[in-house]
Amino acid sequence: MSNFITTDKGPLIPRNRDAHPVAYDPGYKTSVARSPNLPLLSMESSPSEETGPTFGHGKLGALDNNLILNWTKGAAPAVGERILMHGRVLDENARPVPNTLIEIWQANAGGRYRHKKDTYLAPLDPNFGGCGRTLTDENGYYQFLTVRPGAYPWPNRGNDWRPMHIHISVYGHSFGQRLITQMYFEGDPLINHCPIAATIKNRAQLDALVAPLDLAHSRPLDYLAYKFDIVLRGRRQSMFENKLEGM
Amino acid sequence: MVQKLETLVETASQTAGPYVHIGLMPTYAGNAGYYDEEIGVSPIEEGCEGEIIEITGSVYDGTGWAMRDALIESWQPDAKGVFPGQEGADPKVSGHCRFAAHAETGEFTLRTVKPGKVKGRGGVVSAPHISLWVVARGINIGLQTRIYFEDEDNSSDPLLARIEQRPRVETLIAKKTGEGKYRFDIRLQGEGETVFLDI
Repeated sequence: MSNFITTDKGPLIPRNRDAHPVAYDPGYKTSVARSPNLPLLSMESSPSEETGPTFGHGKLGALDNNLILNWTKGAAPAVGERILMHGRVLDENARPVPNTLIEIWQANAGGRYRHKKDTYLAPLDPNFGGCGRTLTDENGYYQFLTVRPGAYPWPNRGNDWRPMHIHISVYGHSFGQRLITQMYFEGDPLINHCPIAATIKNRAQLDALVAPLDLAHSRPLDYLAYKFDIVLRGRRQSMFENKLEGM
Repeated sequence: MVQKLETLVETASQTAGPYVHIGLMPTYAGNAGYYDEEIGVSPIEEGCEGEIIEITGSVYDGTGWAMRDALIESWQPDAKGVFPGQEGADPKVSGHCRFAAHAETGEFTLRTVKPGKVKGRGGVVSAPHISLWVVARGINIGLQTRIYFEDEDNSSDPLLARIEQRPRVETLIAKKTGEGKYRFDIRLQGEGETVFLDI
């Protein structure tokens, strides 16, 4: 029976590249010289892609997923619209991905990053660092408490602005699932003008990066909630396939 | 109409952007002390089994400019070809590292243990290699590639064997520059473009 069970043993489902942004997009100028011209080499996944790093709770601090407080170690809260960002990590087989590391980084409420290269007019908030991390629970759920990041201008075409967004990095359970993406906010009119959002040519896939306002999970007199689910690559396992040697 | 599939579509990637370092490498970004313990600081601990090596290189864009903002992650097995988490793995090898191009020179260095050969599905053996994942502003989906070694037998590696244009194999092979030292450059585009993977 062991070959019949759907577990983390089969090859990764090949990536559907049409679900992702194009590499070369002249509207996003930096991509022009940073996109491979030649086709990628496709083949079935191997142990190098089917295994991956794991992280225990031991590495994480108590405030790591609370961006309102973690820069000051709890001494003073950040300025901005308080939000709960929450959701689930699933794989393509719709199974939850438990105990996986999610890291986020973002601008402050004025649209400024705590990074030496960011020189935007909006000031740094002395009480906001802009990074957080957490592990999903046994059902794939995660939560961050943060402030809503501001929109900001960036040097691309003459007058380009980034919509409000939070950067998200996820591991999954194998290195071939590694993903970085961005969460946008429902109703932000800048999404439709953003050359980075526009690198995704499939509208449904872009819409899937827009978090809806989630009043049911908002806390009265405290924060609004936005829901953001993440889907990572899944693995294939049929009774007709051999298991990976040694796994 | 047909039946509905129950599979989901993978979330679309977006560029890591220019400020990826604050999220993934806070100390490098000047925000030391943000976390008690950072992720991927080193793929090995002192006392791990095997040869300690240093791989240096740059990530070049299509104009030949060494990018100053590239961030790379690596993943590899131990000296015996066993991945962390698998039975018998060297407990002093985490196998995972994050490293960045130097903000002034554009050069990166990975200090690690030389990985062993790996036996995969169907008993197929891969030559020793380190998997890489490259992200930066302007890269819309992380680029996968591999480092192989010129002083290893790469002749029957299943991935290298699939590269039709044989001179392109060289783009995946680190050149030995000294005892335990290698050079591995990544070219995103144009002449000598690195073979990137879709695995």
